[in-house]
Amino acid sequence: MDFVAILGSAIQQAFGPTAVIYCLAAIGLNVHFGYTGLLNFGQAGFMMVAGYSIACAVTIFATSLWVGVVVGLLLAALLALALGVPTLRLRADYLAIVTIASAEIIRQTVAAASFSEYFGGQDGVTDFISGFRDANPYSGSVGIPGLFRWSAFDIWVMTVGWLLVALSCLVVFLLMRSPWGRVLKSIREDENAVRSLGKNVYAYKMQALVIGGIFGALAGFMVSLRSAAVGPSFFATDVTFFAYTVLLIGGAARVMGPVVGAIIFWFLITALGGFFSQATAGADPLIPEAIMDPNQASLMRFIFLGLGLMLLMIFRPQGIFGDRRELAIDAR
Amino acid sequence: MPAETEPSLAKATPRSDAARAALVDVEHEPGAKKPDPILVAHGIRRQFGGLTAVDVEHVEIQRGVITALIGPNGAGKTTFFNLLTGFDRPNEGTWSFKGTTLDKVPAYKVARLGMVRTFQLTKVLSRLTVIENMRVGATDQRGEGLLSAMFSWLWRGQEETNTVKADELLERFLLHKKREDFAGSLSGGQRKLLEMARALMADPELVMLDEPMAGVNPALKQSLLGHVKSLREEGRSVLFVEHDMDMVRDISDWVIVMAQGKVVAEGPPDRVMSDQRVIDAYLGSHHDQDLSEDMEETILAEAQAEIDAEHTEEKS
Ligand SMILES: Nc1ncnc2c1ncn2[C@@H]1O[C@H](COP(=O)(O)OP(=O)(O)OP(=O)(O)O)[C@@H](O)[C@H]1O
Ligand SMILES: [Mg+2]
Repeated sequence: MDFVAILGSAIQQAFGPTAVIYCLAAIGLNVHFGYTGLLNFGQAGFMMVAGYSIACAVTIFATSLWVGVVVGLLLAALLALALGVPTLRLRADYLAIVTIASAEIIRQTVAAASFSEYFGGQDGVTDFISGFRDANPYSGSVGIPGLFRWSAFDIWVMTVGWLLVALSCLVVFLLMRSPWGRVLKSIREDENAVRSLGKNVYAYKMQALVIGGIFGALAGFMVSLRSAAVGPSFFATDVTFFAYTVLLIGGAARVMGPVVGAIIFWFLITALGGFFSQATAGADPLIPEAIMDPNQASLMRFIFLGLGLMLLMIFRPQGIFGDRRELAIDAR
Repeated sequence: MPAETEPSLAKATPRSDAARAALVDVEHEPGAKKPDPILVAHGIRRQFGGLTAVDVEHVEIQRGVITALIGPNGAGKTTFFNLLTGFDRPNEGTWSFKGTTLDKVPAYKVARLGMVRTFQLTKVLSRLTVIENMRVGATDQRGEGLLSAMFSWLWRGQEETNTVKADELLERFLLHKKREDFAGSLSGGQRKLLEMARALMADPELVMLDEPMAGVNPALKQSLLGHVKSLREEGRSVLFVEHDMDMVRDISDWVIVMAQGKVVAEGPPDRVMSDQRVIDAYLGSHHDQDLSEDMEETILAEAQAEIDAEHTEEKS
């Protein structure tokens, strides 16, 4: 068993482009769920709209990635409005249902054969990031020899990505310490109390939905830049649920929760994956083939992750950063 | 009467005298017209399925006065509160506050107009500290706009003013020791106090309190009575629901009695309490007879007959 290799790849993933993407998606969910109490199960939809926007800006409209960025942000905001108008006056569960359904609708529509001329059907869209590649100031790879290594392109994606994360965290911090953020937290606690104090709850929820959706859009941009491609399979429902896991690990309603959550999540899932693939590989595997074959081993990380999440919910439901005092309250 | 012989709490103040004087000529009848009403409701009816929870023909609430709304459990008091404050919509009816019709006005706008309510089942913001709960109550906060929220210099000053005011209120309501605790960690009575204090942060013209004293200990009740009276001194109007008749008698200038959704009586506290309709509403019409065993049986039989009659009505 090569623990150094496992550690190396785990560190590489923990700070790598994928972690950045889930971190941004979880920052959006933090605004929705952590601060405002809105159950958005369609974060993948916001990401998809944005990811396809920058791809299509280049492939279909032959403009620059920047135009795609602006369009993507606008479309994400519009999607938030479209989802919010019918549901935000209703009970919280309606938003959950509508968001999960609409994310799938968007995905199936974009993947449809009749639009394959524009969106490439199941294959998605490629060949649009030359502008991003050309702007890469790095050359050669970065890392610790023998442990891990990021390619020049990965480092470029990570630089942009973690800068976006830093900026997003700053915005969330500034917003949530303000009276505006206090109204959001109050809405999470009790909508009617907030209404009785003269605040337009509907408008605040809408603003929160749009802002969280825009953070989701940033995650979507990073998906398409990182992969140099976008396809419907990149934005399946599990993306949203992984982002929720990231948020819960770090602790909801904490500015740094999604950051810590993303790093821990990708560290653990890579380390577990590495361990089980090594334990079942080779002629004389650590775990005999009768118990587990390599194909099954690749799924073990999710089983253990689920187990870990359960333990977290039992022993530290507030997440890594959460405040223990808040828990005592829920028990009343 | 010489002033020094009066107990301090029952002290007649210019405002309370004025309040009572203004109501002297008002008829002691349900729906009586008031000289200077701040709130007028007309023809308000709210049905839940087959049950008519509220069916108020006409009611006026006098400005600058403490009005009590009493009635047995299930009389429709809370429902009426919800309707007046925009938290529920009536099947029919019109009502106005300071002359503004409120038929289609959402709850938050009602509050902004100056009519702020508390809830019978207290609604504190559990995972916010007590002082944060108070700060939410302040109105017209610059920092509550999305555009100015990120720039703290735009709202810092106002926030400090609000905090000073919040601290004064917490002091008044004996909650200053709990200032930094989560509101969710407060006891039931403390939550009532916090909710009332929070409502006052908005400087409401009409304070609507749904059972503000439920679960508050007697000593504190006395001082709260003082606070409610001081609201009147500040020129505010108060409408409150309460089951404690001693308290109603002590602080209210006018009492409105509801039973089965209707206003059955109105008047000054001492007159209303002895009104036959009110006693009937609370105790049923048999209350003044001693209940012997056969009496009890008759009453039970009557009640059963009534229920049966209702059932047949429903079926037909
Ligand atoms: N949401 C609802 N759905 C159905 N029935 C309701 C609803 N709210 C209230 N009711 C009914 O309306 C009637 C009046 O209820 P309400 O809460 O207004 O009484 P109340 O006068 O406040 O009583 P209490 O003194 O016990 O608080 C009750 O019979 C109650 O069952
Ligand atoms: Mg009630």
